[in-house]
This record gives sequence, C-alpha cells and structure tokens, in this order.
Amino acid sequence: MTVPNRPTLSLHIPEPSARPGEAPSFAQFDFGTAGAVRRPDSAEPETAMRDLPYELIRVLDEDGKAVGPWNPRLSPDVLKRGLRAMLLTRIFDDRLFRAHRQGKTSFYMKSTGEEAIGAAQSMMLGAGDMCFPTYRVLSWLMARDYPVVQLANQIFSNADDPIKGRQLPMMFSARDYGFYSLSGNLGTRFGHAVGWAMASAYKHDDKIAIAYVGDGTTAEGDFHEALTFASVYQAPVILCVTNNQWAISSFVGFAGGDKTTFAAKATAYALPGLRVDGNDFLAVWAATEWAAERARSNRGATLIEFFTYRVAGHSTSDDPTKYRPLDEPEKWPLGDPIVRLRDHLIAIGEWDAERHQALVDDVTQAVKDGVKQAEAVGTLGQSKPDIATMFEDIFAEPDWRICEERKTMGL
Amino acid sequence: MTAMNLIQALNSALDVMLEHDPNVLIFGEDVGYFGGVFRVTDKLQEKYGATRCFDTPISEGGIIATAIGMGAYGLRPVAEIQFADYILPAYDQLVSEAARLRYRSGGEFSAPITVRSPYGGGIFGGQTHSQSPEAIFAHVTGLKTVIPSNPYDAKGLLIAAIECDDPVIFLEPKRIYNGPFDGRPDTQVKTWAGHPQADVPEGHYTVPLGKAAIAREGDEVTVLAYGTMVHVALAGIADSGVDAELIDLRSIVPLDIDTIVASVKKTGRCVIFHEASRFGGFGAELSALVQERCFDHLQSPIDRVAGWDMPYPHAFEWDYFPGPRRLAEALKRAMEYN
Ligand SMILES: Cc1ncc(C[n+]2csc(CCOP(=O)(O)OP(=O)(O)O)c2C)c(N)n1
Ligand SMILES: [Mg+2]
Repeated sequence: MTVPNRPTLSLHIPEPSARPGEAPSFAQFDFGTAGAVRRPDSAEPETAMRDLPYELIRVLDEDGKAVGPWNPRLSPDVLKRGLRAMLLTRIFDDRLFRAHRQGKTSFYMKSTGEEAIGAAQSMMLGAGDMCFPTYRVLSWLMARDYPVVQLANQIFSNADDPIKGRQLPMMFSARDYGFYSLSGNLGTRFGHAVGWAMASAYKHDDKIAIAYVGDGTTAEGDFHEALTFASVYQAPVILCVTNNQWAISSFVGFAGGDKTTFAAKATAYALPGLRVDGNDFLAVWAATEWAAERARSNRGATLIEFFTYRVAGHSTSDDPTKYRPLDEPEKWPLGDPIVRLRDHLIAIGEWDAERHQALVDDVTQAVKDGVKQAEAVGTLGQSKPDIATMFEDIFAEPDWRICEERKTMGL
Repeated sequence: MTAMNLIQALNSALDVMLEHDPNVLIFGEDVGYFGGVFRVTDKLQEKYGATRCFDTPISEGGIIATAIGMGAYGLRPVAEIQFADYILPAYDQLVSEAARLRYRSGGEFSAPITVRSPYGGGIFGGQTHSQSPEAIFAHVTGLKTVIPSNPYDAKGLLIAAIECDDPVIFLEPKRIYNGPFDGRPDTQVKTWAGHPQADVPEGHYTVPLGKAAIAREGDEVTVLAYGTMVHVALAGIADSGVDAELIDLRSIVPLDIDTIVASVKKTGRCVIFHEASRFGGFGAELSALVQERCFDHLQSPIDRVAGWDMPYPHAFEWDYFPGPRRLAEALKRAMEYN
C-alpha cells in the first residue's frame, strides 16, 4: 500500500486584501479600458458571448469622453436629467442621514457611489416596466420625480406616510413609479421579478421586469432559483447584481466574488452575463438597453453585474472604519459616478462649473423644501397615521380576530 | 463575578466554550472579523483565530445546513442568524433535518448544533427586525428552544445549549441586550448596572435547560412570561397591585411543566404574557396545558396578553407592543372574575 504524500486538510477562510490600518488594494481586479469590450448584437445566442462575463464594459474614459461600441449616444438633455437624479439622491441621502443623527427617524441607508445604476435604468426603461429594488436604488425614484416630501414622510413614519407607517425607513413601495414593495429580507423579491415577467409574456404584453440583489445576497437560494426560472421560461427580465464590494462587514469573497465574477454565474444558467462599470452612467444605460432589447424580443433574461463600490457605511447602524481601510472608498479606481458624468458633460461642451453649481443649489433647495414640508407633518414619534389603519390591509377583509383586537383598543 | 450586560454575558459563554472545547466553532453573517452586528462575538476571532470564529455567505439555509453537517461529523457548531426574522430560509433545514436526524437514522447521526438569534421588538426595527418566532420552533418536536431574560441566565443557558446533544434554538431578546426594559418607552433607558442578575461568574457554569425560574413570588395569579416580557411583567404586576407570581420559563422546550402547575394550583389563576402575536402563539399551548392539568383549581379563565395578529408595524411600535398596562388590566380582570 502506498501512503499519499500530501499534507492534512485545512479549513480555508477568505480574507480581504486590506483591513483597517493597511493600504487599500484593488490589484486583484482587472478594470480593463473604456471602449475595449465588443458589443455583440443582442439577438445573438448566449453561447456566442461567453467572454463577456469576464470583461468590464466601460464607456467613459479618463478624459470624460464616451468611447467604444457601447456608447449609447445620449442627448445632452438626457445626460443632464441623469445628473440631476443622481445629485438629488446624493443630497437627499446626506440630509436624511443627518436627520437620523438628530433623532428624526429610526434608520437610514445611503447609496453613495451607486447612484448611476438606478438613475440610468429608471430613465432607460419604460413606465410600464417594473423594478424590484433593493434599499440602494433610491435614484430610480429620483429619476422619475417621485416627490421628495413623500420619501421623507415614509422615512419619518408620519401621518402622511404613503405606506401608512407600516415599514422601516427606505422600504418604499411606489407602484405608479414602477417600484415594487421593498422588504428587509434580502433576495426574496428576485423571483417575483421573474414571475412578473412571465405574466407579461403570458399576457402577450411588451412589459419587462428588472430586479436587483447585492453581491452578498447572491449567496441566498432566492438568487439561484430566480436564475433557473428565468432561464427555463426565457422570462423577459433583467437580473442585476450590484457588486459594491461589501456586504455590511463581509467582503465579496464571502459570496465567492474573489474567485470569479458575479456576471459569470449567468453562464451556468445559459443566460448572457454582462459585467459593467456601475459608476459609469453611460455604460449602465447601454447595458440595460441591450438587455431590454433582448428581453422585449422574446430572447429571455440577462444577468448584469454592476461593478461599483459602497462608499458610505452599510446603514446608520454601521461603522465601516472597523473593518476596512479608512481611505478605501476614495481609492476606488472607477471614481465617483456624479463627478464622471459631470466631467463628461463638460468635455462635450454642454456644462461648466457655474451651471453645475446652479444645479447643486437647485437640488439642495428642492430637498430642503421637501424635507421641511415632511417635518411640518412630523418626524418619527411626533406624528403617525391614524391608529385604526394599523388593523387594515392584513387581509382584504379583516377576520373576527382583527375586529376584536381593534375593539379592545377602543377603535 | 463580573458585572456584564447580556451581550457581554453571551460573549463570555462563547469565549469559555471556545477555550474549553476545540470542537466548538462559531460562524454567521458578520460574526468574524467585525464581531457581530450586536457585538456578541467581539474579539473572538482575534483570540481564537479565523477557523474558530468566522463570517459566512448571506445564506441562512446554507449556514444551518453546514452547521448540521459539522455537527454530524462531531463538532459543536454555534451558528448565528443575524436577526430571527431572517431564520426562515433555514426553516426547512431546522424542521426537516436538524430536528429529525437522530430519529430517522436510528440514532446513527445527530445534530448537536446551537442556533443563536436576536429576536423581538421594541427597537423600531419594523416588520423584519422585530418578530418573535418561538412558536414555530416549539411546534417542531426535536428542537429545543431557549430564551434568557438576564445576563446570568443567558451565559449559563448558552453553555448548556452548546453542551446539549440536541439542536437548540437560542433566542436572544435584543431589546434587553443593554439593559432591562419595563415596557415603557418614555421612561429613562436602564442599563444592567447594579442588577443582581448582571453579576456573572467569569468561568464555566450552566443553567439547566427545562428549568423555569420564579422571578417574583405571589399568591393571587400566576403570570407566565419569558425574555423581555419578564421585565415588562414585573412593571405590570407592580402597577396592578395584584400579588402575582411571575414565572420566567427560560426554556419553552423542554418546558418546566411542574413549576407551572405547582404555581397555578397555588394561585388558582393564570395570565400568559408574550410579545408574539396571539393566535397560535406559544401562549395557546401554555393555556391548553394549564387547563388540562389545573382545571379543578382554576378560579378564573386563563387569559392571554400578546401582540396583535398582524405584521409588526413600524409607526405603531408601542400600540402593538403588549405593555405593562395591558397586563395590569388582565390581572385585575382575573381577580374580579367570579
Ligand atoms: C435574509 C436576510 N439575511 C440577513 C439580513 C441582514 N442584512 C441586511 S443587509 C445585509 C448585507 C447585504 O449585502 P449586499 O447583498 O452586498 O447588499 P449591500 O448592502 O451591499 O447593497 C445583511 C446581511 C437580511 N436583511 N436578510
Ligand atoms: Mg454589497
């Protein structure tokens, strides 16, 4: 008998490239070059595009120019609207984050650095399409001019909260804006988007669905189940992974993101996988347009990984300096999506410092006015919807338990 | 003895067990380097290394499945589910696997796992950071379900849970992590400092699973509670002026039926108090048991004070939460019954 000459087993636990006190490093990633990735026709079979999940689709180059085959050639007007939606998101986030520190709300989550994703997709897709969001796509609503005051009313859980005080701040629902009801449970709506898309196909409509999960959430079974159904039924849906490198304190390695790309998960389901610079408004737009065209022409689902970075803490309950280098956010090689779109507008001669400042002032004022209006209705605890509404919407019609309990409260 | 809050007591239990038994491993979302979103595993990775205390993918089903596999191999994994509201993706693993592995394999395999999870409301966590799911575990034979109400019990019960050869769901009342809470949100926040049960031994000790504690002796009504509601009950009893006996169940499976029956036979009245919604809640089982065993001794109907039958509503936290006033009313009702 021969004894194999190998060491004993040992348990592998992944580690990020840098921890607090160390220098941030992104050497493990290949960021490619703007304009370098080919753009196959969206009608081509998935088998002909298995290189794409390992590339990084970028349009804006270092000089703010739009380059390469994925350039969506958007009008300056569209770009300016996109910039506005992103700025609204950023400035609203900052203001409401402060409101939490002042005790005006129980919780808040920012999407700093990820604003391009929701904004470009919201503008690109149609009014009849449905977005199945995470808590980090506020810019979807901003791009569709959802009233700031309504957002703040929800965040304050006040008497005018459009969803009646039922949910944690940020867990919006805005059906008329193509924004499906959010919940704290990660990943549980990914499959709803597939079902919604299957329903549209069954009805011979032309509506499509779009859904998001974070990098961390790809570990949930819901992610894989949704991909299977999307593949089997060729559902007209765009499935997105916003890979912002962190899931609270866990780096992407805890979702397998250090060994392959998230876009590459598509291949095993025979779906096209695109990997896209999420901080590049134009690249986000172009990839979405490509996937939407494919979905609307009955060719099924696409998985898109948006490669981005979570600049802020996970939420108001988090302190990211405890687990990642302090300067890691500012060292992110793909920059800030707002700065990059601004610089692009300047590079094409459509923008300048004055106009930008005027836009910032205008948006700041709009946020201030909306939030003030909501504060006048009341912040958390100062005002809430009528208590009797607490007993509504549990079932379509309340049963005897709910009627009795309501009576016990004297309502 | 050291003064500890509930978080520190749990951390100390884990520390003792990591030290004591090389087969103990701790894992869950954000529990490793970061030390857990509630800091329960703070510094354990640093002290024992990444293979003893580590982060996991965000997959509750995966966390419990791997815990069961490790347990079957011979380890004693302690898995954390970040919030009890997120345990449901693992429910199949708990119900169909952990709870039955020993039985269906004729005793060949078993799952000596401990699943820790913060639960309960009172923190403005909305519908997915507030729920009390104990009843859905209590219903599954093969799972033990433990709920401490103070630092001393928390440490002793957690060590007992880890040493237990059966799967144990260990629910941590997060509202009282940092201090006891009497159910009155507008009063000064208390810490555990100076509380007699915040005096915790540093080393190894156990509080046995299945043994209730009498949190307050009394003659007129028996109140059954656990977790945060033990403290809310003390406030409600004081308000009512009724001489109630308060039983802190500590574990709901196994249930200390003898202590419950002895108390109800003495007082002749019983009020059950829990935060979870009422219909099909654990109070329903308690009520049936008390009725079956103490019928001839009861002088008033068994009453239940519980959360309303609805998802936990964010803006209406304190309208939903069964506070001391509702308990006091029930106690007076029980006394006035004839
Ligand atoms: C089912 C479930 N498990 C755990 C949590 C707790 N939790 C909330 S957010 C989060 C991290 C999510 O990370 P990722 O998917 O990368 O999204 P990101 O926050 O980075 O946008 C965790 C673990 C949850 N909300 N739901
Ligand atoms: Mg993430």
